[in-house]
Amino acid sequence: MAEVPKKLTIPAEEYICSGHLACQGCGAALAMRYALKALGPNTVYTVPACCWSVIDGPFPYTTLGVPLFHIAFEAAAASACGLSAGLEMVGKKGVNVVAWAGDGGTADIGIQALSGAAERNDNILYICYDNEAYMNTGVQRSSSTPWGAWTTTTPARHFKKRPKKNLVDIMVAHQIPYVATAAMAFPEDLIRKVSKAKDIEGTKYIQIFASCPPGWRMAPEYAVKAVRLAVNTRIWPQLEVEHGVYTINRKPRKYTPVAEYLKLQGRFAHLTEEQIEQMQEMVEREWDRLLFLEKSTHEMAGLPLAGEKAAASKEGGAGAAAGQG
Amino acid sequence: MREVVTGNHTVSHAARVARAQVVSAYPITPQTQVVEKISEFVADGIMDAKFIKVESEHSAMVACIGASAAGARAFTATSAQGLALMHEVLHWAANARLPVVLANINRAMGPPWTIWTDQIDSLSQRDTGWMQFYADSNQDIFDSILISFKVAEQVLLPAMVVLEAFFLSHTAEPVDFPEQEEADRFLPPRVATHTVDPEHPAAFGGLTGPDHYYELKYMEHNAMLEAEGVIKRAAREYGDITGRYYKMADPYACEDADTVLVVSGGIASTAKDAVDEARAAGKKLGSLKIWAFRPFPREAVRELLAGKKRVAVVDRNISFGQEGIFCTEVKASLYGRDGAPPVLGFIAGLGGRDVKVRDLLAIAEAAEKADCPEFNWYGAKP
Repeated sequence: MAEVPKKLTIPAEEYICSGHLACQGCGAALAMRYALKALGPNTVYTVPACCWSVIDGPFPYTTLGVPLFHIAFEAAAASACGLSAGLEMVGKKGVNVVAWAGDGGTADIGIQALSGAAERNDNILYICYDNEAYMNTGVQRSSSTPWGAWTTTTPARHFKKRPKKNLVDIMVAHQIPYVATAAMAFPEDLIRKVSKAKDIEGTKYIQIFASCPPGWRMAPEYAVKAVRLAVNTRIWPQLEVEHGVYTINRKPRKYTPVAEYLKLQGRFAHLTEEQIEQMQEMVEREWDRLLFLEKSTHEMAGLPLAGEKAAASKEGGAGAAAGQG
Repeated sequence: MREVVTGNHTVSHAARVARAQVVSAYPITPQTQVVEKISEFVADGIMDAKFIKVESEHSAMVACIGASAAGARAFTATSAQGLALMHEVLHWAANARLPVVLANINRAMGPPWTIWTDQIDSLSQRDTGWMQFYADSNQDIFDSILISFKVAEQVLLPAMVVLEAFFLSHTAEPVDFPEQEEADRFLPPRVATHTVDPEHPAAFGGLTGPDHYYELKYMEHNAMLEAEGVIKRAAREYGDITGRYYKMADPYACEDADTVLVVSGGIASTAKDAVDEARAAGKKLGSLKIWAFRPFPREAVRELLAGKKRVAVVDRNISFGQEGIFCTEVKASLYGRDGAPPVLGFIAGLGGRDVKVRDLLAIAEAAEKADCPEFNWYGAKP
């Protein structure tokens, strides 16, 4: 008899079926699959214009085992608030109401409604799957596109010169109970965060880093690898911010150079050595800021900070559980 | 129960008596008192509802859409710029076939900034798929909101009740409120089907190709046509309870009239005084109030206006470069019909300029002149 692994934490149930319309290697499809494993069947989704408006399938099909309400681009958060209030008024209590939006629908056109919902602390879970551009419309830059990236509206010779908008800090500033980042290459961490968020009353915000092979100009087989590298290069830190207290969930002992992440993707192919070095410095500066925030917010809250020893893992720690100590 | 209340507070009372379950709104002059009062009702537990105090009118309508999709009775109120901001999702509510009810306080569109009334805000939403009712008194506001919920939930189209800024919104009048039991009998709790419900997973509003989209529009159009009969039945039932019978096109002294003023909103009640005055002076003047703008009472307009010597449509709105919007609708209803009278258009009262009895009498007199132009800006200073 085969040995049963000790730490199987991912629920076996599936709430997304095959036949969906995602591209090969779609990070957003995997992100949805894992999020639903955490949420379970007592869940409703509201989805604004984004890749998932298409992925779910055309009328009369749907690929999800939970209801999916389609709504206008800027409207994810407000529709979730309406659904949440409506479900409660018709006697359906305890339903997970999830707004599921891309980075454009979150950081750009949807930020007003999201900010409104968060300020009111309405009881919704807002998940942004972040693939760093308007992928559904054909790779146009969003405010979540990182510095240095090519998109169809930031051509290679005039690549994006402004940094990625920091939605995490914006959401933290709303003083909501839970803000987190996750990455679809680390399912245990992602599922743990969504599970935690669903049991918290109020507005919860999770931003899931999700690769887009066509938009990132890379082969579909790199979809998971690229996102793992994003975490291990510290380009995409895995964080939790609970009532304003920052925790970095994964601190690799040895960091992979940013260049390893960039070279997989055609959207960064135009960058010179100097520009890559510049990006490395930006990443390190941001990491230092996060370490400072983690330390200072723990101190202010009188909470002990988990030691480095609990979180360390070797470089590229493929498949290693996130060091949530 | 009879109370003296403003038009705005009448709207709040109507939402309360209709037992709206989710209210979502954003403040805008001259609508603010509506939401202030509803806030009080909800906070004091007089209304068993959730009030989502959103950050914009766009979100107000979206929250109503979400609540309505979950099966709840949803209500909001707005005005002018706010209604225009909602425009995208007014389409969404109608196309999703959600029976949201909205009160719009007619306010002219800026720039320049203005807070006074005209109908361009609501008439610009003509093709969104919403039913529209234009009230001429505070009593009419209250009654229209109750009737709107009943009709909307039956035909699955949203409905807008329209009242004028200040002339109605801030003017106190006696209003009869039915007893809650009576209101509940007329408007029982919503029986919603096809709701967003975890026990019945489905996708709502997903990508739909040309093979199906066209038929969905056909069904929506038919629902609007069907609404005419439903409105008539609901209005009759409401009349049997309250003694107030509403007509989609409501004639006043039209039967033997030579000239008929076609009017809407508060101007319709002024027009009755103008008709009385003209009749006292021996002139055969009548008026026709258009209460339901969508669905438009085409048959009634044809019947009531057939054989008249002339019709003067008073429009507190303008479709730039064309004419008043009610005028176009009346003409479209009459076109090619035997005995269709000449239709003369008069723009009046934009941006809250008062339209008094003497103005309506002057319009009737101008219309009766043989050389009256087909289209007129009444009282515009050159």
